Amino acid sequence: MGARKKTTRFARKEHLAGYLFTLPAILGLLVWTIGPIVASLVLSFTDYQVIADTINWIGFDNYITIFTEDLYFKQALVVTLYFAFASTAATLVAALLIALLMNMKIKGQGLWRTLFYLPVLVPAVAANILWMWLFNPEFGLLNGILRFFGLPASMWIYDEASVIPSLILLSIWGCGGAALIFLAGLQEIPKDQLEAVELDGGNAWHQFRFVTIPTISPIIFFNLIMGLIGAFQTFNQAYIMTEGGPNNASLFYVYLIYREAFVHSNMGYASALAWILFLVVSLFTVLIFRWGKGWVFYGGGK
Amino acid sequence: MRSRGWKIIAYCLLLFGAALSLLPFFWMVRSALMTSSEIFQFPPKMLPDHWLWGNFIEIFEVVEFGLYLKNTLFILIPVLIGTVLTSCMCGFGFARLQFPGKNIWFTLIIATMMLPPAVTLIPTFMLWTELGAINTYWPLVFPSFFGGGGFFIFLMRQFFMSIPRELDEAALIDGANYVQIFVFVLLPLVKPALLVVAFFTFTNVWNDFFGPLIYLNDESLFTLALGLLQLQGTYTSDWNLIMAAATVMTLPAILVFFLGQKYFVEGVTLTGIKG
Repeated sequence: MGARKKTTRFARKEHLAGYLFTLPAILGLLVWTIGPIVASLVLSFTDYQVIADTINWIGFDNYITIFTEDLYFKQALVVTLYFAFASTAATLVAALLIALLMNMKIKGQGLWRTLFYLPVLVPAVAANILWMWLFNPEFGLLNGILRFFGLPASMWIYDEASVIPSLILLSIWGCGGAALIFLAGLQEIPKDQLEAVELDGGNAWHQFRFVTIPTISPIIFFNLIMGLIGAFQTFNQAYIMTEGGPNNASLFYVYLIYREAFVHSNMGYASALAWILFLVVSLFTVLIFRWGKGWVFYGGGK
Repeated sequence: MRSRGWKIIAYCLLLFGAALSLLPFFWMVRSALMTSSEIFQFPPKMLPDHWLWGNFIEIFEVVEFGLYLKNTLFILIPVLIGTVLTSCMCGFGFARLQFPGKNIWFTLIIATMMLPPAVTLIPTFMLWTELGAINTYWPLVFPSFFGGGGFFIFLMRQFFMSIPRELDEAALIDGANYVQIFVFVLLPLVKPALLVVAFFTFTNVWNDFFGPLIYLNDESLFTLALGLLQLQGTYTSDWNLIMAAATVMTLPAILVFFLGQKYFVEGVTLTGIKG
């Protein structure tokens, strides 16, 4: 009996220590996440405006307005989805390609790694301002290169049709982080599996298709999810480079929320917009997780 | 022979890719060293006639870049302390200690990583407004004392999990308490992880402009990121100065990367592979 009492006392001590050590995180979750989520949901059913400083419960009015009258909501959603999927796909392909090349028993891997990772290190404001300068139709580097090769110049971020593709180009430039993660995954592929394919008469494509891709599928999946979630939050480019233009062609969803909340001071309406974004991101995350079940293989069942 | 041919192609492609990756840096620095008339020459010149190093001094004169730097450090240092300290504590708690509800709390904290920050932004902003903390550094510093977010807590937990359990069990039998185990037994072993968190925190604060943009109105409180935006908005035709300022802001980030490259790479890959 005595021994049992002793263990429970030990256990209780451990429980207390556990709570004390994780208290910052638990408090943080309650104060900075769960509290604001609830508050944001409540706000989204009100007409709270900072300037008027009155707050009334208006039910689903904000949501109804968003879906029926808002001129920008649909545009922002379409722009964001288009950018999110296209830039994530482009970034993943570029990153995987770079990682495959670096994995070919190349000399100076550390140096290559650094060279491709450098763009990731440029602070967002500096990177965006730098790219505005590169995209400058008259004096920018990009049109300078096009002209040098006798190609037609582009208006880049200053034209409705080319603004999103230009921003995708900018995100490809920053693909070094994803490439690094891919490279680490590629280095864990067992050599004997690749050799087995070769013995069976397979070529490099077969190795890639039947060994490399399945082995790194969890990493592809990780980069895909993280890339998409990140791309849905795109804000900097719209705020710094384009102000949502030209003609709303780069009106990213978070920029629209920012504009409603902090420029027009419509906190209630902006909260409703934020909640719709939350639901859209969750929906896509769930769908991609389901889709992933078909092609993501977790080796070893860890 | 076949594989050698492939290797040459690989080197060529890598060289081409690296050149594309570096070209914007080249353009930034060459523009930073030009006169304002040289910058608007047509067709664009590759290199300046005279290298105007003075542009780098001028940006400290036309805008208060020195002040912005000081302000940024003023935010950075407490955030570093808060994030490293609390993420480490929480990582230890979730990895090594048993307590009721642990898994639920941990899962919830991890799940917050999927939550768009836009959802919590507006109420959080209103809370700070109510507290009268707009135009202070409190909203930018204080939240970092709450574990530093799901990502860092997860990262620290993964590190703690990889250390053999026998170590703390032996210390427990020797009569050590949990604080002693944490400080004297495990902390020295997770030093690399602390550096990973510190490096990522540095880049986050150094890069962040959304937080300062929302919470700071007074120009004397501006950070480097806001200062750079300000410069870009005010001196729209002085692209040489803007590029000089962008270079100055980029250099410390790259320098810090070189100093802690090993830990950076470890952090980036670890999160991807074990995620």
